[in-house]
Amino acid sequence: MDFQLTDDQRALKAGVRELLAGRFGRERLRAAVDEGPRLDRALWRELGEAGFFALRLPEADGGVGLGLPEAVLAFEEAGRVLLPGPLIATHLAAGVVDGAATGETVVTAVDGGGLVEWLAEADVVRGDATGAEPLRPVDPLTPLHRVPVSGGAGLTDVRPVGSTGALPTAPLTSLFTAAEQLGTAARACETAVQHARTREQFGQPIGAFQAVKHLCAQMLVRVELARAAVYAAAVTADPVDIAAARLLADEAAVRGARDCLQVHGGMGFTWESDVHLCLKRAWTRTQRAGTATESEELLAADLVSGVGR
Amino acid sequence: MDLTYTPEEEEFRARLREWLAEVLPSLPPKPSPDDWPGRRAYDLGWQRMLYDAGYAGLHWPVDAGGRGATPTQHLIYLEETEKAGAPYVGANFVGLLHAGPTIASEGTPAQRARWLPPVLRGEEVWCQGFSEPDAGSDLAALRTRAWRDGDDYVVSGSKIWTSHAEVADWCELLVRTDPAAPKHRGISWLAMPMDAPGITVRPLRTLAGSTEFAEVFLDEVRVPVSHRLGAENDGWRVTMVTLSYERGTAFVGEVVACRRVLGEVAREARKNGRWDDPALRRRLGGLNAEFRALWRLTQWNVSEAQRNGGVPGVGGSVFKLRYSHARQELYDAAAEVLGPEALDLGRQWTLDRLSSLSYTIAAGTSQIQHNIVAERILGLPKGR
Ligand SMILES: Cc1cc2nc3c(=O)[nH]c(=O)nc-3n(C[C@H](O)[C@H](O)[C@H](O)COP(=O)(O)OP(=O)(O)OC[C@H]3O[C@@H](n4cnc5c(N)ncnc54)[C@H](O)[C@@H]3O)c2cc1C
Repeated sequence: MDFQLTDDQRALKAGVRELLAGRFGRERLRAAVDEGPRLDRALWRELGEAGFFALRLPEADGGVGLGLPEAVLAFEEAGRVLLPGPLIATHLAAGVVDGAATGETVVTAVDGGGLVEWLAEADVVRGDATGAEPLRPVDPLTPLHRVPVSGGAGLTDVRPVGSTGALPTAPLTSLFTAAEQLGTAARACETAVQHARTREQFGQPIGAFQAVKHLCAQMLVRVELARAAVYAAAVTADPVDIAAARLLADEAAVRGARDCLQVHGGMGFTWESDVHLCLKRAWTRTQRAGTATESEELLAADLVSGVGR
Repeated sequence: MDLTYTPEEEEFRARLREWLAEVLPSLPPKPSPDDWPGRRAYDLGWQRMLYDAGYAGLHWPVDAGGRGATPTQHLIYLEETEKAGAPYVGANFVGLLHAGPTIASEGTPAQRARWLPPVLRGEEVWCQGFSEPDAGSDLAALRTRAWRDGDDYVVSGSKIWTSHAEVADWCELLVRTDPAAPKHRGISWLAMPMDAPGITVRPLRTLAGSTEFAEVFLDEVRVPVSHRLGAENDGWRVTMVTLSYERGTAFVGEVVACRRVLGEVAREARKNGRWDDPALRRRLGGLNAEFRALWRLTQWNVSEAQRNGGVPGVGGSVFKLRYSHARQELYDAAAEVLGPEALDLGRQWTLDRLSSLSYTIAAGTSQIQHNIVAERILGLPKGR
């Protein structure tokens, strides 16, 4: 057992981080918020060229031929910069929908819960989106439609390609969502710590006050626990592990963003700070591919099923 | 990232399993919780069996008499012994988990030769005399004094919350050897024999009703200077080594136990009908996520330690914070499942619920762990 990133995985993570820092840094994020939700097609193709969507597609099919752990690391970095767009649906469509792997085609999907992200901007919609009604989305960078309950079937029938071809779409969406939440949670923690080191009150950095210090420490604890759970779920691809990872990653992102807002004081409540973007994206992701209740029920069933360790 | 065990590791696991299946049925009956001499004998007996089978001091370095096993093998050992229901480390806790490793890394060859083998062979029990009535979280504020008199230190003062003091042979003792120095600088780490004249042990009753810890009064106790670990007044540094072992590995096996108990709690709920309550199911499901993740974090930390040559990192504080809390949540959930029976001290879960209350206090309180995480990992400034 060597449950640490390999050198290749470390390099991949750093590479994705570098790419995203160059292409979707803070300026670009803020500009995107100002422009309103328009999908950056050029960026989408660049992600395609970098292999983001084809990461798990076998090399024989023109993909990168890597596995779930590598994809999870890439989604973590996407979550860190709050990269917008139907990233997971497009990634899962690589090898199934023409042009998805290269980023030429933008693919979205109807989620089991009846929400569709980026419906108007996508080229291909997987699932039945008949009668979809737009919402006024809480996250300025995630346009949402709601599909009537009678309509939109989820995507449980379609098999994605790659080493985990046997897993239905929902757990994979959940796992990648957890990875994005992990990235956002880590960003919220770092942002809070940075602010706590520099903002002064009562003649010292607020980070010297225990009330602030302990908020930050709790953020890190949640991030590290979620990280272990998410990475392990990526390695095992076990649905119960995925449910556990998702619960902890949702918690780390949502509570982390709230605590980050608290550490920023009044500034955290403004549109100008990025904190609300973390929180709103984290909230949005909690609705994807199954609710917390479903995860908890799955984990509860595991306790009495006899197969759970 | 790899969660599969190597063939060598699996072989180690298989042999251990086999051995456990063979010896556990022959163990004597467990002594009653308040029979301290009986518990000492039982725990030492188990240690002796481990020693004879070559499992003693697995994670200790070879030149300290240990097996030099990898952190992963140690993890497997903790997992398998817990799963098999083997005795807990018990009275051997301090000797095996922190005094021993500290002596192994900081002691002279003579000190190692004197103190380490008896710990491994199950002949001597250690206790930890760090805390004092006025120095708990602020450990460096300790006042127990040691004067030099020839080849001896003469020690006077008092210690408190000393676990297993009643049955210990040795005490890892922190004393102030230079009262004029800044508080972290004038401390020394001594190995004090618990049968020396001048020592009075007064058992303290815990809220769980047991007498597992005690107050220890020291009245001009003579401890040879050769019993000092590290240089005079360099005890704080040695203490940090001890604490990193205490927080780094001491709770690993217990996570496995908690996962087992959680399964038992769920099955009990199924039996008595509480399982039909969705709120309870969600609560137990959430705890399943928690303990699975804590196990993954354990594997993560162990793998990290393995890459760093076996040294536990500050990750121990991250783990302890969440684990101590989760353990309390687990037994609160167990109480919900038990209903009125949770008030019965005859139920093991009731006793465990009471003892779980110490986990956010002992080995550094949660508040102190938060400070450590914030200052040493996140680099936030120290408060004034
Ligand atoms: C079951 C058990 C076994 C133990 N075994 C041993 C043993 O074998 N040997 C040994 O030496 N000790 C032992 N201890 C002692 C243990 O290490 C101390 O109890 C612990 O470090 C806390 O110290 P204290 O009790 O003096 O509490 P205090 O330090 O008085 O703390 C009281 C409260 O104040 C908070 N507090 C204190 N300082 C700060 C701060 N700077 N910032 C924020 N909050 C703060 C604490 O978190 C706590 O909530 C044991 C304790 C228990 C409960």
